[in-house]
Amino acid sequence: MQKVVKTALAALSFAAVTASPSLAADPIKIGSVLSATGPAAFLGEPEAKTLQLYVEKVNAAGGLLGRKLELVTYDDGSDAAKANGFAKRLIEDDKVDVILGGTTTGATMGMVPLVEKGEIPFISLAGAVVIVEPTKKWVFKTPHTDRMAAEKIFADMKKRGLTKLALVSETSGFGQSGRKETIASAAKAGIEIVADETYGPKDTDVTAQLTKIKGLAGTQAILVFGLGQGPAIVTKNIAQLGITLPHYESHGVASEEYIKLSGAAAEGVRLPAAALIVADALPASDPQKPVVTGYAKAYADAFKSEVSTFGGHAYDALMIYADAVKRAGTTDKAKVRDAIEATKGFVGTGGVVNMKADDHMGLDLSAFRMLEIKGGKWTLVD
Amino acid sequence: MSEASTPPTIGRSSPEITAAALATAPGFRSRHLPVIVLAVVLAALPTVLPNAYYYDVAIRILANAVLAIALNLLIGYCGQISLGHAGFFGLGAYGSAILTTHRDWTAPMALLASAAIVGVVAWVVARVILRLKGHYLAMATLGLGIIVTIVLTNEASLTGGPDGMSVGDMKLFGLRLTGEKVWYPVFAILLVFAVVLAANLVESPAGRALRALHGSEVAARVVGIDTASFKTRVFVLSAVVAAVMGSLTAHYLGFITPQVASFHKSVELVTMVVVGGMASIWGSVFGAALLSLLPDLLARFEGFETVIFGVILVATMIFLPRGMVPSLARLVRREGR
Amino acid sequence: MSQFLQLLFSGLTVGATYALSALGFSMIYNASGVINFAQGEFIMLGGMVAAVLTASGLPLPLAVLAAIVVVALVGLIVEKLAIEPARDADITSIIIITIGVSMIVRGVVEVTMGKGSRALPHFSGETPIALGGATLLPQSLWVMAVTAVVVAGLAVFFGRTRLGKGILATAHNRLAAQLVGVDVKKVLLTSFGLAAALGAVGGVLIAPIATTSYDAGLMLGLKGFVAATFGGLGSGVGAIAGGVLLGLIETMTAGYVSSSYKDAVPFVLVLVILVVRPRGLFGLGPSERV
Repeated sequence: MQKVVKTALAALSFAAVTASPSLAADPIKIGSVLSATGPAAFLGEPEAKTLQLYVEKVNAAGGLLGRKLELVTYDDGSDAAKANGFAKRLIEDDKVDVILGGTTTGATMGMVPLVEKGEIPFISLAGAVVIVEPTKKWVFKTPHTDRMAAEKIFADMKKRGLTKLALVSETSGFGQSGRKETIASAAKAGIEIVADETYGPKDTDVTAQLTKIKGLAGTQAILVFGLGQGPAIVTKNIAQLGITLPHYESHGVASEEYIKLSGAAAEGVRLPAAALIVADALPASDPQKPVVTGYAKAYADAFKSEVSTFGGHAYDALMIYADAVKRAGTTDKAKVRDAIEATKGFVGTGGVVNMKADDHMGLDLSAFRMLEIKGGKWTLVD
Repeated sequence: MSEASTPPTIGRSSPEITAAALATAPGFRSRHLPVIVLAVVLAALPTVLPNAYYYDVAIRILANAVLAIALNLLIGYCGQISLGHAGFFGLGAYGSAILTTHRDWTAPMALLASAAIVGVVAWVVARVILRLKGHYLAMATLGLGIIVTIVLTNEASLTGGPDGMSVGDMKLFGLRLTGEKVWYPVFAILLVFAVVLAANLVESPAGRALRALHGSEVAARVVGIDTASFKTRVFVLSAVVAAVMGSLTAHYLGFITPQVASFHKSVELVTMVVVGGMASIWGSVFGAALLSLLPDLLARFEGFETVIFGVILVATMIFLPRGMVPSLARLVRREGR
Repeated sequence: MSQFLQLLFSGLTVGATYALSALGFSMIYNASGVINFAQGEFIMLGGMVAAVLTASGLPLPLAVLAAIVVVALVGLIVEKLAIEPARDADITSIIIITIGVSMIVRGVVEVTMGKGSRALPHFSGETPIALGGATLLPQSLWVMAVTAVVVAGLAVFFGRTRLGKGILATAHNRLAAQLVGVDVKKVLLTSFGLAAALGAVGGVLIAPIATTSYDAGLMLGLKGFVAATFGGLGSGVGAIAGGVLLGLIETMTAGYVSSSYKDAVPFVLVLVILVVRPRGLFGLGPSERV
């Protein structure tokens, strides 16, 4: 029996030894918890790659305040509870200077209580409004919110004289938060939600829900709120059923993968997205042009794969932090936090960022471009 | 399906090894010493834990160990598999979260209420599904767990939906439980309590009989043991323990998502029991420690962690089929001879 | 009416893929008494391998064939390396082994083929066929037709061939089968290879409609398990009926009741069925071994 206890003890001490903190305190430590695996991996992976790439680039250019950057990344496997544990590890054990990430809103909200208590600057890469509303002292975010996406779509619908919308949302965190914001801001925009259907992120067929919508008189447009492969299946099903209503997607599908998976069915689909995805189509006068073309090229060169807006969020987060550290002239957490909050006119891949004490995202609707898929390519609508 | 095509019954392994781990040897020393050692180790551990992160790791191990012990009573001793135990954990967690947030209940009241609700649910379920055997029981419990997850995901007005909800601090006798250093002793005491309770249950007449006749329930019934009611009680007990741990974990983490009730989490719990050793209380403690540590240990093996995790599971089951603790204990005893 | 017809078409398509998955479960269950939680990964692997091969320029028929062969091989390897050495372990341990195997397969696919989703080209174009006010994809016809062919093929295999009869005999009574000279080891190996190939067929058929990714296996596998239980574990007819029923119930629920709870309905129904008829719809009466 004692042997058993000894084994258990040995296991415990093994754990303690293998994870003992490193001594080097010199580099600036960038902590990050991303969903590099699991259902949200297609978001988390480009984010992780981007951070890795740009930390190297910053270091190659001499670092920040003469100090090197050191990246500590953990993969939460798209599990919010794990994100919470890893955030603790970053704060208490790795003693990082800033935390970037939280790929999903769930993971982000799981880390928020820790960073607030640990008083450490935190820039989230997740979408939902709840992250920055109400404003939390140490919490910032770079992606556009789902509410902005809804508002941008409503504005475009109005221009086309459409008011009756059928909503199809995914039962993922992204889809449900999007559904909530869409319904909440519809009335103000004068849009009527005539159908409210959902589908699961791993569903293989959504024709049942769409058949219901097809049979509904008076529907003028369809909005699909989801991420990854789900919206592609909905798009194909819409084409299969011969539904010809104007079709909107959310910013959650703003990657080449969506067009590839949906094929011809994606023709004519409109969605709000960051300028990054149409980098080449931007007029030279656009203030974002150099930033987005630079990032898109660097990413494509390094990883031989198409750029997505998700990696761009990670780029923005790292650069906003770097910019704040430069202005603060220190990595002192409180001073850097104040500097992040004072970010003005920062041009990122997501738009021009102007933070305020009560706006920890700093983007307005102009950051979103309305895109339409034509001939298998993203094109600017306005 | 004919007589003989019934798949192999759970727990073909003979119980003598596992029993040796704790119970069969007579006398005070061998029965109580391990528990005392555990208590001393847990009491001394804070002196070597460098910071809150390690406390957090320790707490996750302790919580999982309690869950695994309770589940092992069901799997290892009653031969009933549950692939939906995280469902009960999730019900406890969300019960506490919802009652304290939306109904302004005090945390201890919410915990008791959730545990009671889960107890009733488990009792009703047990009456119905414990009649099922082997894979049918696996399917039924799996289904239950998934239904819980779907409800938690869909009832967003109460549960916050897939993005989860935050949970306030727990106050106990005027003391606010917050931070790893405060929670550590709570979970440590619970583990010692769980070990003692489980050992006593295993040693009770019904427990002994069931264990002795492990391979065959029919035989147990023939010699006059009411296996059905014993199994029902163990099922309810393990469900209630899961609910209580769910409540406490929710307050400790301060934030929960429907993933706490997921199939994945259920599988993780069963894995702790089986890898550590079925029908071995210390096996569960060890299995919980190992599986709680693995994600952290493998965190830097980008991409390959799933593969490594899978290889460990398969290799353990092939080379140490009784689970790590009982198999190793047997090896050690053989060498001692 | 056209709405009902549409739902019927969708339900049958989805149901056919569940049926293939359920058949894989039943086959392995029959031969070994094991529920193979890696069955879903075989489906995923089939779709992924075919998609990767076509993307690299291989003609579709060749890619499909190669995918089925590769997955069948993986099935054989799994049986040899993970299941056979653990023959004497008990059920819970074997469940854990199959879960471990599914993690290995998923992990290897994730690392080697990436995390993105992939789509396979449709076998005969994407132009929907209009029928009674509803539309049907040619691929759906493929799914249903191939499922029917596979079922017929299996019926012949089990009813007419020596090996097939041996598998049935082993399922019925292992010891007796051994006594009359059935090579039980071979039976086990064959059923794993066959089940894996079946999974691959399902994966290849559904991939054009549903797209596929490294993590698509879990849900497909679970649905197959539900369908198999629905119809009665180990029963071939039950697996097919269970799969089709499950598909129909899901789409009808989504179409007429609530899309949010469509995933819960099959699980509730399976619980009800287990309670009133513990051996599933087509399973034989319960028996217990002393």
